[in-house]
Amino acid sequence: MPKVKVDGVEIEVPQGATVLQACELAGKEIPRFCYHERLSIAGNCRMCLVEVKPGPPKPQASCALPANEGQEIRTDSEMVKKAREGVMEFLLINHPLDCPICDQGGECDLQDQSVAYGRGGSRYDESKRAVTTKNMGPLIKTTMTRCIHCTRCVRFSEEIAGVDEIGAIYRGENMQITTYLEKAATHEMSANVIDLCPVGALTSRPYAFEARPWELKKTIGIDVSDAVGSNIRIDSRGREVLRVLPRVNDDVNEEWISDKARYQVDGLTKRRLDKPFLRKGGKLVAVSWQEAFSAIALLNPGNSIAAVAGDMLDCETMFAAKKLLGALGSSLLEGRQTGMDYDCSSLAAVNFNTGFNDIETADAILIVGSQVRTEAPLVNVRLRKAVKRGAKVFLIGPEWETTFGGEFLGEDLSVLNQLPQHVWDALLNAKRPAMIVGGAGLGRGGLEASLSIASQLKLVRELEDGSTWNGFNVLHLSAARMGGLMLGYAQRGGIADLVAAAPKVLLALGADEVDFTKFANSMVVYIGHHGDKGAHAADVVLPAAAYTEKNGTYVNTEGRVQFSDKAVFAPGDAREDWTILRAMADAFGVSVGFDTFEELRAAMAAVVPALGNEGLAGYGQDLPAGGGSASGVIAYPIKDFYLTNPIARASAVMQQCSAELLHGEEIAEAAE
Amino acid sequence: MADRYIEPDTPELRARWGNFAWTPENAEKAKDVLSRYPEGRQRSAVMPLLDLAQRQVGAEENTQGWLPIPVMEYIASYLDMPIIRVVEVATFYTMYNIAPIGRFHVQVCGTTPCMLRGSDDLISACKKRGMKAGHISEDGLWSFTEVECMGNCASAPMVQINDDNYEDLTAERLDKVLDALAAGETPKAGTQEPGRHTVEPVGGPTTLRDMVTENHDYRGEW
Repeated sequence: MPKVKVDGVEIEVPQGATVLQACELAGKEIPRFCYHERLSIAGNCRMCLVEVKPGPPKPQASCALPANEGQEIRTDSEMVKKAREGVMEFLLINHPLDCPICDQGGECDLQDQSVAYGRGGSRYDESKRAVTTKNMGPLIKTTMTRCIHCTRCVRFSEEIAGVDEIGAIYRGENMQITTYLEKAATHEMSANVIDLCPVGALTSRPYAFEARPWELKKTIGIDVSDAVGSNIRIDSRGREVLRVLPRVNDDVNEEWISDKARYQVDGLTKRRLDKPFLRKGGKLVAVSWQEAFSAIALLNPGNSIAAVAGDMLDCETMFAAKKLLGALGSSLLEGRQTGMDYDCSSLAAVNFNTGFNDIETADAILIVGSQVRTEAPLVNVRLRKAVKRGAKVFLIGPEWETTFGGEFLGEDLSVLNQLPQHVWDALLNAKRPAMIVGGAGLGRGGLEASLSIASQLKLVRELEDGSTWNGFNVLHLSAARMGGLMLGYAQRGGIADLVAAAPKVLLALGADEVDFTKFANSMVVYIGHHGDKGAHAADVVLPAAAYTEKNGTYVNTEGRVQFSDKAVFAPGDAREDWTILRAMADAFGVSVGFDTFEELRAAMAAVVPALGNEGLAGYGQDLPAGGGSASGVIAYPIKDFYLTNPIARASAVMQQCSAELLHGEEIAEAAE
Repeated sequence: MADRYIEPDTPELRARWGNFAWTPENAEKAKDVLSRYPEGRQRSAVMPLLDLAQRQVGAEENTQGWLPIPVMEYIASYLDMPIIRVVEVATFYTMYNIAPIGRFHVQVCGTTPCMLRGSDDLISACKKRGMKAGHISEDGLWSFTEVECMGNCASAPMVQINDDNYEDLTAERLDKVLDALAAGETPKAGTQEPGRHTVEPVGGPTTLRDMVTENHDYRGEW
């Protein structure tokens, strides 16, 4: 490992580190625009200039210079100061002075760095260049005059997203960043370029002119739009969530989030249930909480009560409902709303065991019935990285546009019964083979057949370095799934068991995908936050809190327990879910054993200890043997990526995305 | 450098060029070009193929040739690469025309050596014929661009017309060249100075004179 001297302090840096990284290790801040840890090195902004000896007697771009033994690096010399001032002055030659009307203001790299490293004034008094704005779709607002040509957005779409849409056309002073023919960026991660853009060239269109960063309250949260459990920062002002940004978590979402996670939040203020409703004479009528609970008290279900958990529920709500049902003597809990009935006796068999981080190192991957790009865009990014490292990918299911190549083996699950020889050989000869079974691959014997392949291929094995490799993965679609399974929200026969039990009362906890016609004889009590399918079918509607409006514990598809904080209050009369269930217990005249949220959490941690600790729950490495055969044509569950949950369906931005990007409607853009 | 902009993507453009495909000869040439690159690196052929396509377009409409958007798309699908990467290349290099062009693309060098040797006269001679930057003359013959140094300073001033350079020009000599081209003749390319062959010194060598007839060892004279 080379030893270098940074500003006179000798440090040892890892082999292959750049001078910029060496300076960072030494605690020196190096200004930069084009350099980004997760993208390839471009070296075109020249902001990271430092003085390096031995070497030519001129400042050098540290981001693209390898750190070598014996280098003497200066970041504080006169030469470096002048170089930075010079680069800054050049960058600002064509940059407009429109910070007061720019959305990046207050969180702008160019602004911050010109204050910190600039010379305070420009000697340039010619005309500035102007560039036309480019259409990049409903999510990205562009003001290309502000662009400093760092090409981070170009590199992101090519390297991370795997969809070459953005490019730099023309040359020199005429260079412009654009999408091809100004078509909208259409992949599921497109809005991440907004975070990457160091200036205000690419900003968020839905959030345009909404707020300044210093006005916002920042809350740490977990995304519930898919089962990845992306770490997010919820920015709110007053009672409204204005935007969602990714938080860095290398184990989960790195520093990206999907467009849905980012932009569904405007749905949090639309179609909200803000009052209790009772069905009177076939119509839902707004009532007070008191009336609602006196009506509930009359239901008197005894033990004939069941609960269905929705896709975006936190564990606390599910646990509170479980306690309530338990107190009433029922254990009819189910979370798989659409009728899936795969075997959940071993949680390891329905978990993403490899982990998002390690799946990158897999060298042969078999994907069964998962359209990863829409079901978990951030896992798709990991798969792309794996393929870049040389992994072979085989897919079973109808063809979709992958961003990593891969070979489609057929649309029918029966391919699992007899894998083609070359696929079998590739998996057998791989050092780190992996399988990913998606939602569409779990049913009709798919899970058992996959487990059988897993045991034949010995997907659970010890690696050369002594660590354990578990290559069997299930990729769920809903944020509540793993938490629900840990809390026992699974019947042997799936939701059909609930139908068969014909409960007097059905608690629908944010459940909007259930076929309620099968529960025609049950009183449906819907506890949720959006007036979607569930509320339409309900006899009693109790308004609850969405994921930004309550503290909650979520378990992602890897079995990673994560905590989310409350950012804003629920609107109107809506209450946090657990308080509603607690009050219900009073109405039914039973005791659930907790009066505060802390007591609820403690009770939950006592029953399922893993839910009390942040991090991987750990379900062990023992997979059931599986067996049997699978058959049936795979149909992916997500038909419309932008409208998969009630919040997204209520969101105007998501509806617009769906209309313009998926269904090709004409761009509904107001004249600017 | 004059402003270059991609010809807008219109239904008419699609109608005219949407069916672009290699002619049989060019299909052979394209295959040959592809074979020069190692397996998996076929995208590198984008530059020669764009040139080939531009020439084919030129042959079809009897101009120097240019690259309409559908043609760039054809190249992208031919090489199985993202179209934006093709557009990046085509818009970067000025030898690819990205807007319609005349039969002859007259590129007059206006950089210092040529300017000192009278390129201003050449430019006004061109203007007299109705040439204007970024426009095709009414008869469809001429497109005009003032360019920076083309590396012919020893025989300045010069113009480049399509694939040939014409050097040692005066306004009259340029007129002669342009008249010949307009008449469908092929004027002699290179220097237009009588008695000069390439860029050898005018009036005989001034240095290394002993080397003119035979090899001479100067080392003893240093």
